[in-house]
Amino acid sequence: MLEGILIGLQTALSLQNLLVVIGGCLIGTFIGMLPGLGPMSIIAIMIPVAITMGDPSAALILLAGVYYGAIFGGSTSSILLNAPGVAGTVASSFDGYPMARQGKAGKALTIAAIASFAGGTIGAILLMIFAPMLSTVALLFHSPEYFALMVVGLSAIAAFAGPGQVTKALLMTILGLVMATVGEGALFNLPRFTGGIMDLQSGFGFITLAMAMFALPEAIFLVLKPKNLGDDGGEIKDLRISRAEARAIAPVIGRQSIQGFFIGVLPGAGATIASFLGYAVERNIAPKHEQEEFGKGSVKGLAAPETANNAACTGSFVPLLTLGIPGSGTTAILLGALIALNVTPGPRLMIDEPQIFWAVIMSMFIGNLVLLVLNLPLIPYIAKLLAIPRNYLIPFILFFTLMGAYIGQNNATELLMLVGFGVCGIALKFANYPLPPLLIGFILGGMMEDNFSRSMQLYGGVSFVLERPMTLGLLVIAAGLIIVPVLRSRLAK
Amino acid sequence: MALDRWIALILLGICIAYGYTAWFAMDANLAPFMRRNPIWPSTFPKVLSVLGVAASLIILVGLEKSEEKIGEIDHRRLGDYFIGQAVVLLALMVVYALCLRPLGFLFSTSAFLIIGSFILGERKWHVMIPVAFIATGSVWYLVQEVLGIFLRPLPMFMGV
Repeated sequence: MLEGILIGLQTALSLQNLLVVIGGCLIGTFIGMLPGLGPMSIIAIMIPVAITMGDPSAALILLAGVYYGAIFGGSTSSILLNAPGVAGTVASSFDGYPMARQGKAGKALTIAAIASFAGGTIGAILLMIFAPMLSTVALLFHSPEYFALMVVGLSAIAAFAGPGQVTKALLMTILGLVMATVGEGALFNLPRFTGGIMDLQSGFGFITLAMAMFALPEAIFLVLKPKNLGDDGGEIKDLRISRAEARAIAPVIGRQSIQGFFIGVLPGAGATIASFLGYAVERNIAPKHEQEEFGKGSVKGLAAPETANNAACTGSFVPLLTLGIPGSGTTAILLGALIALNVTPGPRLMIDEPQIFWAVIMSMFIGNLVLLVLNLPLIPYIAKLLAIPRNYLIPFILFFTLMGAYIGQNNATELLMLVGFGVCGIALKFANYPLPPLLIGFILGGMMEDNFSRSMQLYGGVSFVLERPMTLGLLVIAAGLIIVPVLRSRLAK
Repeated sequence: MALDRWIALILLGICIAYGYTAWFAMDANLAPFMRRNPIWPSTFPKVLSVLGVAASLIILVGLEKSEEKIGEIDHRRLGDYFIGQAVVLLALMVVYALCLRPLGFLFSTSAFLIIGSFILGERKWHVMIPVAFIATGSVWYLVQEVLGIFLRPLPMFMGV
């Protein structure tokens, strides 16, 4: 392994490749801030550039830099504007945006940068050590386990069920699941609940719904009750994390790096589930007084999904590099890039082309480090975005929400749906219905139904729950994650 | 009746309509071979409809004890806030959605940003206009020219 690491370092630390990774990180960060352009789209756009470079190692280093940059860029728009452009950064807005509203935008971005760096770096170390072993474990997960894993992911809704709000959180989750059933399902290939409207054949767009439920109501609330973002006190440029905060987030980062990485290894699970699950787990194990801070600007609530998200992205490279199986949309695009560069990922990659395998792993370390070094000095300037006068900032937020939905679907009807859902989101916010469960239900609903249906077909009914111990175990964990906090709050009364 | 119960009533209606489609309408055109499957396209929606109706009823009947919490904005006193600006901005978003293709990206977006700032009370035209033009041009260049995602720049009648 040591020899491999040295080969990888030699390749990744050449001047050309260092410049490539710096450029990739910067491009990824800035384009990733645009809602609607997630890592997948940006990598797809950068593939022609990577291929023209000729050298597979340099090309992969560029794409890895773009990947990590795009993830951090997505978190930035999530934290500053409450506009998560990709599903993996939705959970970052739960506490990141309230922190920005409290004038702690700089601190929130610093925590995000450090958590991302730690998650990505620890993930890369785990990748180096466990990659060959884990590839076989990942294959033990079948549809029933994936279904159960989605249910565990849904348990994140418990974090939003405040006193007297359990049923509201549940109803919002059900509404999200209902919305996920609209359109053609992957398994049945039949249009459902479309009412004959062609634009609904592919279902509702994730970005449309995310913008309508998060960014649009926030912007309209700022119009209704004028105040500049970050006015609640504090210094938005202040990046410093206090010693107490560092002590609080350190174990969270450690736990979520490991948990996120192992979830990322499972093909199809990925960063979204890892981030929701990371958030739910950290909230559930936090002391009671800290639990109440979740959703209101908790540093733990921000560090958990940010770390898990990045660690899961690194984990998703395990099936790609060792088995040639893309575990996520982004790694599917990377697989295409590898094939275009005449590199065949799989069990023999490590043996036949070790310089590429190790260069990719080393580029992960360097990409994460470069991202941290580049972004920390930029954070005060990025956070200053919130100091733009409200008369200019609000039209821009509204414009970027519209653009996010338009670029994602390339359909003007999507913009009308965005406004319609946005009005619904505002009404739900007025009535104190928690909106994150709706989005969590919507994101996980499609995958959950597909895996549930596949399991039912394979086992001829729901017997898979009892026949597969891992499924049963995961479902018990999910039930515990939902029921225990509710019982605990009842007992506390 | 409190707003959250009105919303629960609306959601109850949605869940009933959704459930009616799932229980009584969806399976009519199902192919015979699919009827032998243990799971149908309507199975999951059926479960969801029952859960949705139950959850809506719990909120509607008030089985879950909770105090009425007023959030950041008190919806019962909307007149105290800038409701007019909010409604006009939402209407502007609808107009933007309808004009984006026929009038082109550059004109629609510049107009949206200038009118949006104007609605919010900005009157510094010498700042509003250049900011809107520069931002619109930059986004269009980035999205269309760099990223290769087509955005019709000029009005339809100009044939571009």
